[in-house]
Amino acid sequence: MALATSPSPRRVIPGTPVYDGQAAMKGYALNAMCYSFNSQDNREAYRADPDAYCERFHLTPEQREACKSLNVMAMLNAGGNVYYLAKLAGIYHLNVQDIGAQQTGMSLEAFKAMLLAQGAN
Amino acid sequence: MATVIGGYFTSHVPGIGHAIARGLKQDAYWKPFFDGLLPVQRWLADKKPDVAVVFYNDHGLNFFLDKMPTFAVGAAATYRNADEGWGLPVQNSFDGHQALSWHLIESLVNDEFDITTCQEMLVDHAVVVPFQLAYPDASHWPVKIVPIAINTVQHPLPSAKRCLALGRAVGKALASWGGDEKIVVMGTGGLSHQLEGGRAGFINKDYDQFCLDHLGPDPDALTKHSALDIVELAGSQGIEIVNWIAARGALGSGALVQKTRNYHIPISNTAAATLVLEPAA
Repeated sequence: MALATSPSPRRVIPGTPVYDGQAAMKGYALNAMCYSFNSQDNREAYRADPDAYCERFHLTPEQREACKSLNVMAMLNAGGNVYYLAKLAGIYHLNVQDIGAQQTGMSLEAFKAMLLAQGAN
Repeated sequence: MATVIGGYFTSHVPGIGHAIARGLKQDAYWKPFFDGLLPVQRWLADKKPDVAVVFYNDHGLNFFLDKMPTFAVGAAATYRNADEGWGLPVQNSFDGHQALSWHLIESLVNDEFDITTCQEMLVDHAVVVPFQLAYPDASHWPVKIVPIAINTVQHPLPSAKRCLALGRAVGKALASWGGDEKIVVMGTGGLSHQLEGGRAGFINKDYDQFCLDHLGPDPDALTKHSALDIVELAGSQGIEIVNWIAARGALGSGALVQKTRNYHIPISNTAAATLVLEPAA
């Protein structure tokens, strides 16, 4: 009997990562590191030496590179969950509008204007 | 006999907490949202609830992916707020109502809801911000709380249908509670918004209005969509509407009156809303 190696097919919602079991398996180390950033001491330890901190949490090379470049889309692709990634972004004083602009390739001003325009309709 | 005075529903965007901390309530960007809370403040001042049962979702303060309960019921004596990592001032702790918590837990498990019980539970902005909005001048929180966390982080998420059923079971438990407290039910979060991916910034006014129109009179209408349908319709974090749906369930099957309703785009990346429903006289 063949063993199933992957879960049931995923539903694709354009532009929308669904944080399912596959993502959870891939991203555990990265998310665990980000969860530790609820502590001020840990945020400072990361800021002081990001490589050493990533090493402590056994991040994959892909995850380390994504963190180093502060590329949110790359973090998501490496299994990051946005609720936890927001804590890493916070270390760099990036809020959800900053990361929204980054992910959509807009300037911050254009991203904010896009949101305001939705309220004007 | 305990009385359920009604339901208070509002968004819990962290940016609201920052705006409060920076004194921006009258700022043109924030005023349309904050003004929507004034009727809520008056309603609570009039009704004076003793206890709040709060349906919300944790954002990685209390729960990590190592153990992620679908439904978690607080049974703590005290619920502390704590550092979430991005600079929100830590707010006062809440007193729990342990006897009511255990009554709810007994009743829910008896009704075959396989919940997680938490005797220690940090509460994040999703609990704290709605209380800051409701009681802006409070030196301590005037109500005891029973927090009920719904997983909106790790898919598969519970369906809207299941969340409504959970809420109805909570309402049934509240009806059989022997205390004489006045209880307010709260649902926090939403409405449509999405933080991550190429669709970051997505808002869906039509779906939000559908939710606001139907939540009171016909909550089952909101359960025709699966969790993933709602993610598509409302955005990844718009799924937080399930907290509202569960809270609506706890208000029972009697007719409800809409006391106030406010809807404003945008607060940060979010379509923000505030609603109060109370039992018809």
